[in-house]
Amino acid sequence: MSSSVTASPATEGLRRALPIVLGYVPVGFAFGVLAVKNHIPPSLAVAMAVLMFSGSGQFVFASLWGAGAGILSVTAAVFIVNLRYLLMSAAESPWLARLPRGRRFLLGLGLTDETFAVHITALQGGWPLSPATMFICNSTTHLAWVTGCAVGAFCGELVNDVRPLGLDYALTAMFLALLVPQCVSRLHVLVALFTAVLSIALKAAGMSQWNVAVATVLGASLGVLLLHIRRGPGLNTPDAAGGNEARPAQSASPEVRP
Amino acid sequence: MNTTMSAWVDAHGALLLCILGSVLATLLPKVLPVTFLRGDSLPALLRHWLSFVPVAVMAALVGPDVLFYEGRFNIGASNLFLVVSLPALLVAWWGRNYFATIAFGIGLVILARWLGWY
Repeated sequence: MSSSVTASPATEGLRRALPIVLGYVPVGFAFGVLAVKNHIPPSLAVAMAVLMFSGSGQFVFASLWGAGAGILSVTAAVFIVNLRYLLMSAAESPWLARLPRGRRFLLGLGLTDETFAVHITALQGGWPLSPATMFICNSTTHLAWVTGCAVGAFCGELVNDVRPLGLDYALTAMFLALLVPQCVSRLHVLVALFTAVLSIALKAAGMSQWNVAVATVLGASLGVLLLHIRRGPGLNTPDAAGGNEARPAQSASPEVRP
Repeated sequence: MNTTMSAWVDAHGALLLCILGSVLATLLPKVLPVTFLRGDSLPALLRHWLSFVPVAVMAALVGPDVLFYEGRFNIGASNLFLVVSLPALLVAWWGRNYFATIAFGIGLVILARWLGWY
């Protein structure tokens, strides 16, 4: 992702947004259809897309609301699904520390699984911190999400099956393409495998609202534990394993390089 | 106009409250840490822990995406996403090209469905 570091913020923001847009439009569409099926008026389905901008949270909301769950249990379920945002928002904070608080707040509003993944990968890959790029990417994907939801909510019956276009696989393909460059050392590969298997197992065991947050907390903890147990060469410095890990600005973390 | 408006609010009062609660339950986790954490002066242990969050959260998201096909856990050849993801991982690994990996994955899904295999 670091082929042209000289691209303008708009170009780079749109480039980051492109695969996300491909995935958000059909998923947003599916949400709009589901929301109306679950007795949510189309206008409020679109309002949810504007205000929440959270695929998993909105899907949990629609299915629980349709099943007749109460206000507190719907809100609690949405919160549990969104616990992972706490982790991602915190993980972004060292990279954004130089920005004024207002901009960090604004970029936090645009945080989703997908925008987090592309931004953090770009920053680790050496892209300079550009709030304009991040904001353009977040806004473009937000617009795509709202558009997909609106089309699904207001004219869901007009559109036929989108599966032949393969777009239901777009976000999965994007995560695979972003996960591989994250694996900069054997330790990171181990953390990825452990977390993926744990997340799958928790979901298969019925914890489909908790699985991502719980697996991420335990996976990151395993990573730190192994890092601190075996501070031998090659393990404690991801960059020594041929990775391209750039440290967040202003945290020259000498403790990682003894 | 006012009466239709208030009738609409009455009809959807519970839903509006529920949406309000869910918007807060979504936005607060997104904005609170990045707005208020002093990311450049966190304890070293926490910073190390956070440095593993990207790889962990992406793996936690993509694992179930691949192994749950059409809502069911499926590690067989009838899971199109699993069948496509294995070569897509190889393309990601060897090619190291973000867009090529995505195009390859989507292309295989389109092809498999167009051929009527899935």
